[in-house]
Amino acid sequence: MPLKIDKTKCMGCGACITVCPYDAIVIEDGVARIGEYCQLCQACLSSCQEGAIMESKVDYASIPTEDLAAWSGVWVFAEQRGGKVAPVAFELLGEGRKLAAARGAGLCAVLFGAARSDAQELIKWGADKVYYCGDDIFREFTDEPNAELLSRLISMHKPEVVLAGATAIGRSFLPRVAARLKTGLTADCTSLEIEADTGNLIQTRPAYGGNIMASILSPRTRPQMATVRPKVMKAGRYEPDRQGEIIDVDAAGIRARTRVLETIKAADTGVNVNLQEADVIISGGRGLKGKEGFGMLNELAQLLNGTIGASRAAVDEGWIPYCHQVGQTGKTVCPKLYIACGISGAVQHLVGMQSSDVIVAINKNPEAPIFTAATYGIVGDLNEVIPLLVKKLRERKGAQ
Amino acid sequence: MRIAVCIKQVPDTAEVKINRETGTLVREGVPSIINPYDTHAIEAALSIKEQLGGTVCAVTMGPPQAEASLREAISLGVDEAFLVTGREFAGADTLATACALSGVIKKIGADLIICGKQAIDGDTAQVGPEVAEFLDIPHVSYVKKIIEAGAASIKVERMMDEGSDIVEASLPALITVVRELNTPRLPSLKGKMNAKKAEIKKMGAAELELPVDVVGFNGSPTQVKKIFTPGPRGGRKKLEGSLEEQIDALVNELVEKKCL
Repeated sequence: MPLKIDKTKCMGCGACITVCPYDAIVIEDGVARIGEYCQLCQACLSSCQEGAIMESKVDYASIPTEDLAAWSGVWVFAEQRGGKVAPVAFELLGEGRKLAAARGAGLCAVLFGAARSDAQELIKWGADKVYYCGDDIFREFTDEPNAELLSRLISMHKPEVVLAGATAIGRSFLPRVAARLKTGLTADCTSLEIEADTGNLIQTRPAYGGNIMASILSPRTRPQMATVRPKVMKAGRYEPDRQGEIIDVDAAGIRARTRVLETIKAADTGVNVNLQEADVIISGGRGLKGKEGFGMLNELAQLLNGTIGASRAAVDEGWIPYCHQVGQTGKTVCPKLYIACGISGAVQHLVGMQSSDVIVAINKNPEAPIFTAATYGIVGDLNEVIPLLVKKLRERKGAQ
Repeated sequence: MRIAVCIKQVPDTAEVKINRETGTLVREGVPSIINPYDTHAIEAALSIKEQLGGTVCAVTMGPPQAEASLREAISLGVDEAFLVTGREFAGADTLATACALSGVIKKIGADLIICGKQAIDGDTAQVGPEVAEFLDIPHVSYVKKIIEAGAASIKVERMMDEGSDIVEASLPALITVVRELNTPRLPSLKGKMNAKKAEIKKMGAAELELPVDVVGFNGSPTQVKKIFTPGPRGGRKKLEGSLEEQIDALVNELVEKKCL
């Protein structure tokens, strides 16, 4: 909703100006005015002591609204890489089932490429129907054929909700589908739920570099599309005897103006940092003060058989390559043990690791937000804490 | 070759703090910058121009003060700059933004469009691919290396979740780029002089021949319902005593939880 100022209540104190991330508010004639740079983030709403900032009503009559009731069902785009269905598809089916139940509707999967037997697997993971196309054009990932065929199917069958993984593939081609269908797409959702009174999908995601969470709606258009990070949702139950329908889809007339000439596996490049499957992750942030700090973490990682992670700050400083980054713009992880060293804990980082089983935070600032996420917190200097921890772990190993 | 670079002026989100008591953002002292990914897009465009000749134009949508980011682009060597601005663009989500940006590019023409992978405030990575769809041209996301740029096609390496792909796209095309691609240059003295004098061309919905219901708030299918700061996670345990005692306690706890 557009925001407006109640001029009779505004005292011109400027509190809203200090919280606005976009410098969109100015004081004119002693009262605040929200200018055109407003991104409707609503950061100012809670800052106003006088309650002078309000959402103004939109005249929906002037906005064309589609016949929303014609759309029903939840769809999951099941991504495949090299013929193998990505695990995020099973997670989305688990989540999709809940949403479908809340709407009293069916759950379908869409699979392009891979084998027909993989479509059968999607049924066992919870899909009622699978739209399957085994055409060769989908062997390597290119954006246009995926966007074209998915858009066609959506226009034909009118699902209410379409979910996909917030992976390299999902984040690249889903926007094309949204643009073609002129509908809303919310990236990197961390939670999805159905709004009780309207049936709209509430899509919650981190925003402003992960400093805050935003709940997003697409109330006027269908389908409501969202991408979800891998490992955020729990996979549904696998039922080997589950029955469903596979509907074969034709890729006639689908074109690609891009061509994959070669694929390079991560293992070939020598930097295979599989954070997403690691049981133990030792992560470092700005508190490490430099590249050398990661040397100290390596020792701890070796002792614990762990993998090295990093905050965005450490990656931005160039202390460690991007492939180690944990967080909203890096990897989402959920190891058994996550040790955050010198990481302050911006939401951007927290959203990437907060589902870890046990979180240990080491930071010299007792006010660091990382402690709100931690199972165990130690306030102290990394240069004292980590060597001592290494020593204690060595002693324990030696004693065994 | 005519190259268009889409840029965005953003608050430096790395500097944003949250007031824990009120749960609100503290904007004070946070500078506005060119989205860091977009600086790599500018660098890529300039280096292709150096090889093949041609022109580079920068395009942004924003309020009048976004002009500063375009002047900065000119100081780096960009030839022309276009600012899409006007009240009708306020409250735009990614779709409405892509609609406006593609409207400019249709007007000015481009063989290659380069965008940063995503903006650091929204982090959606949607505007680039959406612009490509509006223009009905192919796109390649997460480009980490430009292997060959020619008159009719471009060959690039893109990052994927597991490894990377070498991809060829016919031109005109759009690419979105990651930080690994290059190291952005600094402005030259001559560039800074040019930036001061340069004319920034401003365009509204009327100049772009776009109806007002496809841009800004009216053209945005998504709406923010609310914002909030995430609450703390449960199951916390406080460690007591001296540092050594705390670490002993931690090691014991981790053994108990079968983490070691």
